Amino acid sequence: MLLRHTPKEVIAREGLTINPAKTCQPIGAMYAALGIHGCLPHSHGSQGCCSYHRSTLTRHYKEPVMAATSSFTEGASVFGGQANLLQSIETIFAVYEPDIIAVHSTCLSETIGDDLQQITKKAKDDGKIPEGKYVIYASTPSFVGSHVTGYANMVTGIAEQFAQSTGEKKDQINIIAGWMEPSDMREIKKISKELGVKIVLFPDTSDVLDAPQTGKHEFYPKGGTTIEELKSIGDSSSSLALGCISAEPAAIALDKKCKVPFETVDMPIGLSATDRFIMSLSKAAGVQVPDEITAERGRLVDVMTDMEQYFYGRKVALFGDPDQLIPLTEFLLDLNMKPIHIVSGTPGQRFEKRMKEILRRIPEANFRNGLNADMFLLHQWMKNEPVDLLIGNTYGKYIARDENVPFIRFGFPILDRIGHSYFPNIGYSGSLRLVEKILGALMDRQDREALEEKFELVM
Amino acid sequence: MEAMNHYPDPSKIREELVQKYPAKVAKKRTKSIIINDPESIPEVQANVRTVPGIITQRGCSYAGCKGVVLGPTRDIVNIVHGPIGCSFYAWLTRRNQTRPETPEHENYITYCFSTDMQEENVVFGGEKKLKQAIQEAYDLFHPKAIAIFSTCPVGLIGDDVHAASKEMREKFGDCNVFGFSCEGYRGVSQSAGHHIANNGVFKHMVGRNNTPSEGKFKLNMLGEYNIGGDAFEIERIFEKAGITLVASFSGNSTVGQLENAHMADLNVIMCHRSINYMGEMMETKYGIPWMKVNFVGAESTAKSLRKIAEYFDDAELKARVEEVIAEEMPKVKAVIDDIRPRTEGKTAMLFVGGSRAHHYQDLFTELGMTTVAAGYEFAHRDDYEGRHVLPSIKVDADSKNIEELKIVADPELYQPRKSEAELEALKEKGLEINGYEGMMKQMMKKSLVVDDVSHYESEKLIEIYKPDIFCAGIKEKYVVQKMGVPLKQLHSYDYGGPYTGFVGATNFYRDIDRMVNNPVWKLIKAPWETAGNPKGAELEATYVTQ
Repeated sequence: MLLRHTPKEVIAREGLTINPAKTCQPIGAMYAALGIHGCLPHSHGSQGCCSYHRSTLTRHYKEPVMAATSSFTEGASVFGGQANLLQSIETIFAVYEPDIIAVHSTCLSETIGDDLQQITKKAKDDGKIPEGKYVIYASTPSFVGSHVTGYANMVTGIAEQFAQSTGEKKDQINIIAGWMEPSDMREIKKISKELGVKIVLFPDTSDVLDAPQTGKHEFYPKGGTTIEELKSIGDSSSSLALGCISAEPAAIALDKKCKVPFETVDMPIGLSATDRFIMSLSKAAGVQVPDEITAERGRLVDVMTDMEQYFYGRKVALFGDPDQLIPLTEFLLDLNMKPIHIVSGTPGQRFEKRMKEILRRIPEANFRNGLNADMFLLHQWMKNEPVDLLIGNTYGKYIARDENVPFIRFGFPILDRIGHSYFPNIGYSGSLRLVEKILGALMDRQDREALEEKFELVM
Repeated sequence: MEAMNHYPDPSKIREELVQKYPAKVAKKRTKSIIINDPESIPEVQANVRTVPGIITQRGCSYAGCKGVVLGPTRDIVNIVHGPIGCSFYAWLTRRNQTRPETPEHENYITYCFSTDMQEENVVFGGEKKLKQAIQEAYDLFHPKAIAIFSTCPVGLIGDDVHAASKEMREKFGDCNVFGFSCEGYRGVSQSAGHHIANNGVFKHMVGRNNTPSEGKFKLNMLGEYNIGGDAFEIERIFEKAGITLVASFSGNSTVGQLENAHMADLNVIMCHRSINYMGEMMETKYGIPWMKVNFVGAESTAKSLRKIAEYFDDAELKARVEEVIAEEMPKVKAVIDDIRPRTEGKTAMLFVGGSRAHHYQDLFTELGMTTVAAGYEFAHRDDYEGRHVLPSIKVDADSKNIEELKIVADPELYQPRKSEAELEALKEKGLEINGYEGMMKQMMKKSLVVDDVSHYESEKLIEIYKPDIFCAGIKEKYVVQKMGVPLKQLHSYDYGGPYTGFVGATNFYRDIDRMVNNPVWKLIKAPWETAGNPKGAELEATYVTQ
């Protein structure tokens, strides 16, 4: 057994987190910044932070992930990191020539109290930021929230520091992407085009973290939201934030700064959440939903009705990030499945509130988020009440193997498979892909384990 | 040497590499970019701070301590005291394989433990939470040992992990609890963490169990972390040769083995950078000499085995080692004879680690390939130039804050395994005891040595040298491959391996052959990109009738 020391009996823990269902803020900030065209993320802290984040993102995407670091040593930790950041800004503009440097803090620079706003201002005053170039920042202390919080903070920083209102409204809608894959962002753009809605999507990692092999390394790949687009978001007619944890804070900030009204919807994962997304976007833009989208929806529902027997009553355990887990849990219920164990390391009361609503049909369901809501606990729950399917990031494979449970990789990070960056999990077609995966996992097991006389040709 | 003449003047290349840097940065980097001369080895600036803003391969002290040295021992519960990320990123990502004695034996490598420090712990102190976490780990698992690793904020807020560890150790009585002050900001790279780890393992583990181990030829293998099963292959060879492995630092190891390591009669060192401190300290305290070996490369493995046999100076062992080599080599030869015509004359670059950039050159030599440029990520001058430069290395502010343990001979356990005269005799036979000649002596004249290579320099080097293969880590992997050059990861082996010993050598030959000769590199361009736009051309209606 790979996790041989995990006992069935659950004992409350307060000090020790085991097998976390989250990681720290800065990696989220780095990911968000990669969704801006011509931007180099910069980690203001020790070298290790930057190295770990780049490594993890690289393993997840199998793509170059460029980012720089302030390379703190003990001296900087004692006397403050201002000199390191100023030196970084100078070096980066000279050597790597980005249009934007997006600085995020770390637990180290936050603990010593480095003020990114002040240092950035000093860099500007000292003439270290070339004309037409930008340094933006976000405070992302690792000891608060999770990687999702860090993503939200950087997206908020991007919105706040780029948005301008000219007083003249533009016929466009902002779509603020929650933490989703480049494939999902590409799908959002495709759906918006089908609807005939002009949008500015930010951040946008498509054509950045799914770059083609051309024989040339593009330090700044062609994708990413452009500076021009980002400046224009303050003039957009409204914003749609995809996810209450990872996207809404940016929408609020934008509304505060430029009076852009917003609506928060769930990430369009599954039928109902996609329905709401399509409704909201078409309403905001005042457009009719075209038949092609209705037909795409119909194909998803068709599969759900055709294969309903395979979903019914199947118990599911899942772990990951709130903005994904909320619509995913809802989708499992639409499929007539039973999500019974759910954890997310990301704190916040909205998760609990939404889960309570969504899971009211399943009173026995366990869900927890925040401190000590980890994969160790999830595994223990599974030992007490076994499930038919586990959904989560790659670390779930250890539980899946030990407990002999079919496993679908979903979320971040996925270190051992490809596909997530190329094929969406959102919208009707993304949801259809999810259904295909769920069926595949369940049916593969049936095929593998059925008695010979019960082995089915047609399913 | 001749191979190097195909390239532009290396001093011109050096100028080009630093041309774009601001003047001060260029001046500093120039000292780390050296044109090699194995006859008269020039000084390399190494183990100095990376300029902020430079995209470096380096990580931090915590990574070197917890990730590299302590991570591979399977029965220690490693609790990371800090915010969640540090523990998360080091969770299973280094591929340290381990093989518990039975399915019931302890193995915590698959687990990730953290105190998940919150803002209130940073403001009011985290010791209480740490002690609570240690207690919970003890109650849940009853492990033999619990190790605590400090992350950046811990050192800054002044949590005393050593006092907390001591308190809990005394409270439990049957569980060894100890801490490491390996905050990420210490030193200039992972290297500081290696040193901190060596100190802690030596202080808290080595020497706790004086039971003499069985076996005639007893040694410890230092600096071998069993990535991809490397240590398994070396264990196989040792067993075949009748050599007893007391402890491995630290691949596939247990607490019990480390505690008993001082009962061995020789330390062989693989990764000099990460573990030489341990060799030195065991020499001083227990009288166990150390010797640099290299089990990367078939010839190097044979050479290392012969060195070990020579050290023990036993006719039976020497004969047995020759038998093992004679038995293993034909299989290796069969593979290399097939592959070498396809790799001969190709070129490689290695920018990785603190020893690997040296070790793997042996494998490339066996493949008939030339290393045109190489450098370490976190090594010191002695790893480049040889240990004779140690007295001339200046201890700067960043190294000064890493504790140097004051070690003296153990009044009871110090027992020199070899007398002065015996050591002298071994030296005369060409056996370098307690020494390492470094990487540069082995590299060709005019080849380039670059310490802590930056992303910018890497891209430039690839443009200039157009190597057939580039060796580095995960962060560089897809950057280099986007340039159309295959990259072999020498931290994770691209999830393959082992690469040590005789079996490992053949694995490596096959992998490199596959990579440098893979037809996919010729498929990058679409046909319409190379043949011109077909627009307007008429289709030709050709078909075959039967």
